[in-house]
Amino acid sequence: MSLTLEQVHRVAHLARIEISDAEARSTLGHLNEIFTLIEEMQAVDTQGVEPMAHAQDVAQRLRPDRISETNPVEQRAAFQAIAPETEAGLYLVPKVIE
Amino acid sequence: MKEWEVVIGIETHAQLSTQSKIFSGSSTAFGAAPNLQANAVDIALPGVLPVLNRVAVDCAIRFGLAVDAEIAARSVFARKNYFYPDLPKGYQISQYELPVVLGGELKIHVGDIEKTVHLTRAHLEEDAGKSLHEQSGHHFQGRSGIDLNRAGTPLLEIVTEPDMRSAAEAVAYARALHALLRWIGICDGNMQEGSFRCDANVSVRRVGQAQLGTRREIKNLNSFRFMQQAIEYEVQWQIATLEDGGCIEQATVLFDPGSGETRAMRTKEDAHDYRYFPDPDLLPLLIDRQWVEQIRTQMPELPTARRERLVAEYGLSPYDAKVLTASLELATYYEATVATAGRSNAKACANWVTVELAARLNKEDHEVGGSPVSARQLGELVARIADGTISTNIARKVFDALWNGDADSADEIIAKQGWHQITDHDALETLIDEVLAGNPGMVTEFRAGKEKAFNALVGQAMKATRGQANPQRVSDLLRKKLA
Repeated sequence: MSLTLEQVHRVAHLARIEISDAEARSTLGHLNEIFTLIEEMQAVDTQGVEPMAHAQDVAQRLRPDRISETNPVEQRAAFQAIAPETEAGLYLVPKVIE
Repeated sequence: MKEWEVVIGIETHAQLSTQSKIFSGSSTAFGAAPNLQANAVDIALPGVLPVLNRVAVDCAIRFGLAVDAEIAARSVFARKNYFYPDLPKGYQISQYELPVVLGGELKIHVGDIEKTVHLTRAHLEEDAGKSLHEQSGHHFQGRSGIDLNRAGTPLLEIVTEPDMRSAAEAVAYARALHALLRWIGICDGNMQEGSFRCDANVSVRRVGQAQLGTRREIKNLNSFRFMQQAIEYEVQWQIATLEDGGCIEQATVLFDPGSGETRAMRTKEDAHDYRYFPDPDLLPLLIDRQWVEQIRTQMPELPTARRERLVAEYGLSPYDAKVLTASLELATYYEATVATAGRSNAKACANWVTVELAARLNKEDHEVGGSPVSARQLGELVARIADGTISTNIARKVFDALWNGDADSADEIIAKQGWHQITDHDALETLIDEVLAGNPGMVTEFRAGKEKAFNALVGQAMKATRGQANPQRVSDLLRKKLA
């Protein structure tokens, strides 16, 4: 199996990465090499093997339902100090209307 | 309409009643100033890690038990990838292939017909933030404002099979689910605040056709009335389109309450490609039998079982039982009333709770939990009607007094106001003799055969007793004296 140039552009668009045609062509080459590797792995018989959801075979730890934040006003000020634009406590972004 | 069959499936996002968010320790309280409940995890600063809230899982287990579903011993969190400014990570943490709750069912009633709606699954996920375009004088210099207070709020997404066949069934399902979530205490059900939101997948097909028609998904229905209107409009539109020789294109649509119409938001071509994959930041969620059994012991008696018990134990009609199990609070209030008034007055208690109390609560916009008249007070009042101390008419006055907090008990009010029924036979006879003597005209009319005059005499007698006589006894005495 190998990718098409069109698929590379589509993946780039989904990831919101701008690429030129030249970059897309070189990326296509790299990705197809990875596909070759995957094909090799797919040759292994995995029948009856349960897929893992994580590389480590341990269970999720849980936290108690407690509020941990004690000074939200100060915290927000610190976060918004490094935001490009804010107003009335909100982060400002280019207008989005769906 | 007859040759078309409507097919509806519903997805509901229910906000779970936790103190903190699903993967962070921020508060989930509604209405805080923007971004005061958004910590480093919620705004997706680099290097942060999500840690799952145990109570969110408790809620999912409660739901699974309430709908008789399978609770997955192992479930997995996945990333649902898309870009939107109110989703700072660039993905939503959800569950995909292995959700926490599998299957289950919910019984609904449309008129007298009971129907079972099968559930596909229910999974845990986080909510996104909110985009504001203008707000209280702020125009954000032509930009959008982002509030991440809601980001990371725990949601349970509950998905049905395409089992519903009309807007009425869809609404009955949504109402039943809404009541159940509140009953088991996992969601406050506040639709204005977005705690309970439904999407309806609607399609139509020719009767007898096995294959499903192409569906359109109506998003974000946040009231039962809008749900009814939106589905009815959508069904008409799809049928009209098909009958005109058109075809339905799969799409996501929004309902505009102003025009009463649905309009397409995006079609299949620009549909999202979410590229789900297991979230490497989270390990599989393991739920052992012990945990499930522990939750099972904390479950309240469920609405269906409660309804059946109210009918069997108290002899209520299925209708009364249904009204009284609209919420756990109401059912509890009712049974506490009966506990005071006595089992033999169960029907009278049902009438008082569903008629007088319900009307008053509704009129003054109180929940039953905040009723000024307690279940004990109402139970004592019902007992005083039953033992003949007061008439139903006087009881309404006592109820008013209790509602206004004039006294702590019905007995106190009755004693203070001297509202006991006149039970003294001689006193009542004397009173009636006076009425007859004072209204010779009516007596003559009655003797001339006018039944109406008799009712007028009863009225006069009741007036003379200030409503404190038993109407039946007054009537009997009058007839005897006029015979």
